[in-house]
Amino acid sequence: MPVLTLHSAGPGVTVQDLGRPGWTAQGLSRGGAADRLAVLEAAALLHQDSGFAVLEMIGFGGVFSSDQPTRFVLTGAGMQASIDGAAVPPYTTQLLPAGAQLTIGGARHGVFGYLAFAGGILTEPVMDSRATHLTAGLGRALAAGDTLPLGDDPRPDMPPQRLNPPDRCNGGMVRMMTGPQTDLFDEQTLADFLATSFRRSPRGNRQGVRLDHDGASFAAKGGLSVTSDLIVPGDVQLTGDGVPYVLLTECQTIGGYPRIGTVIPADLPRVAQAAPGTALQFTLLDLAAADATAEPDMAVLRRLQQARQPLIRDLHDIADLLGYQLISGVTAGDDLEQD
Amino acid sequence: MPEIMSPLADPAFCPLGVDGVLVRFARALTAEANASASGFCAQIKAAALPGVTELASSLTSVRVGFDPAVTDRQRITAQLRDLLTGLQSADTSPRRLWRIPVAFGPSHAPQLHEAAQLAGLTAEQAVAEITTTMLRVLAIGFAPGQPYLGLMPLHWDIPRQSDLTPHVPRGALVTAVRQLIIFAADTPTGWRQIGQSAFSVWQPDSDTPFLLDAGDGLQFVAVSDDTLRDLQANPDSNGGARCEVLR
Repeated sequence: MPVLTLHSAGPGVTVQDLGRPGWTAQGLSRGGAADRLAVLEAAALLHQDSGFAVLEMIGFGGVFSSDQPTRFVLTGAGMQASIDGAAVPPYTTQLLPAGAQLTIGGARHGVFGYLAFAGGILTEPVMDSRATHLTAGLGRALAAGDTLPLGDDPRPDMPPQRLNPPDRCNGGMVRMMTGPQTDLFDEQTLADFLATSFRRSPRGNRQGVRLDHDGASFAAKGGLSVTSDLIVPGDVQLTGDGVPYVLLTECQTIGGYPRIGTVIPADLPRVAQAAPGTALQFTLLDLAAADATAEPDMAVLRRLQQARQPLIRDLHDIADLLGYQLISGVTAGDDLEQD
Repeated sequence: MPEIMSPLADPAFCPLGVDGVLVRFARALTAEANASASGFCAQIKAAALPGVTELASSLTSVRVGFDPAVTDRQRITAQLRDLLTGLQSADTSPRRLWRIPVAFGPSHAPQLHEAAQLAGLTAEQAVAEITTTMLRVLAIGFAPGQPYLGLMPLHWDIPRQSDLTPHVPRGALVTAVRQLIIFAADTPTGWRQIGQSAFSVWQPDSDTPFLLDAGDGLQFVAVSDDTLRDLQANPDSNGGARCEVLR
């Protein structure tokens, strides 16, 4: 079984998968990757299923090596990466030779970068998941000197595979839906909220991100005495001083601050991946439109598997080879000499 | 002694995420709303509706999570409304009673005087009320295993602070809006710290990681700072907590 060694690590490197659903009633939020799509993208690229575990790197990577050759891929935030000095592109599977040093630097765009290995990370699951849940004290951030067991790469000689990720690291419009407490905000406050251009604050982590803006704060009726109620990731909570936080994967399960609405799951990676200072604005979907965006993880994975492409197309993989106009460009060879 | 409580009849149905319906029995916490939420949650669980992925009850509501590939909001909502018409009165008396030691000395209760004053009490009266009120676990949430306890008498309806206290330790006893919480972990909070226990509500390495259940009875026992220190030094004691099975 290959062993991964961390020779150095940024402050927010953790083992993540798609989390532990089903424990809300006991107060444990699902957790898992802050950008779930990035895990599914890595799974599609490495022919894995949706249950495999990867490394999440907040803002900065580290230096990694494996004692056996294994393919890997980088998804999520764009982080500068190289193997023994040679640059490595993201969203393209690569072979990490045994003993070679993979160096991953700071995020150039986005926040949460993911490093996935072909056999997955095989740490011992706790409550059916390998996800580190920092606020619950499940697992911990990794540090230099740590080693992790990897699964064997089933096909180390497989040609590189690539995907074009949807842009989600540049902020922009974020779709939300109403929730149980939207009506605690009067119409004008909600309209002002939707008309406001926010900036992702430097204050943020796996629990949630704070948003800054110019102008008045957004107060709810009876703000400090609202009865605590159930929360889901994506909820936009306004704290006592009327400052919005978008709650992410490690959010609390119940909270007392009023929530103006819920960012739909499809757009939550866009919030998570907005670097500090990035502009974000909310738009409100009606309930039917919001519900129509729900896409189970397995459906997302299937869609990504279909979008996956070999980096260089092998002729044998082109099923409709005879349909290509392979000779239509053949000429006498003197085109450039003609008028 | 069974407590028979009739459920509230006309809850609100709200969306909570693209895969969830929140059924809310009241906007303000009452014993009736809490019992209705936990009773309805048990009834939904027993009904085993197709496509339901997760159930959680809070102080006054139940969230029903569903798999949009199997069912949809309209169908789930109709099924829940059908179940509501059959909602029965039930014995809501606690199944278990916990007794948990708490120190109320000044170094462990930095905001006891402030909270007591807001409730119109002296600190001594406040401690007496906290330790003689038979509390219930109204919901588990915020953090793993963390109990919302209540209900304290009406004069304890004091709002949260607008500013967060940056650091309140694990095991702290805090209060707001007629409720008490024992913190699962060190955390910033808008609730006021009025005591300290050595009780861990969440033990991830144990076979039973979550100690308390919604509906459990709970009573606090005042202990000296010295006693608390001894309990903190002995993690096997889990803060001196005792659990008695009632029914």
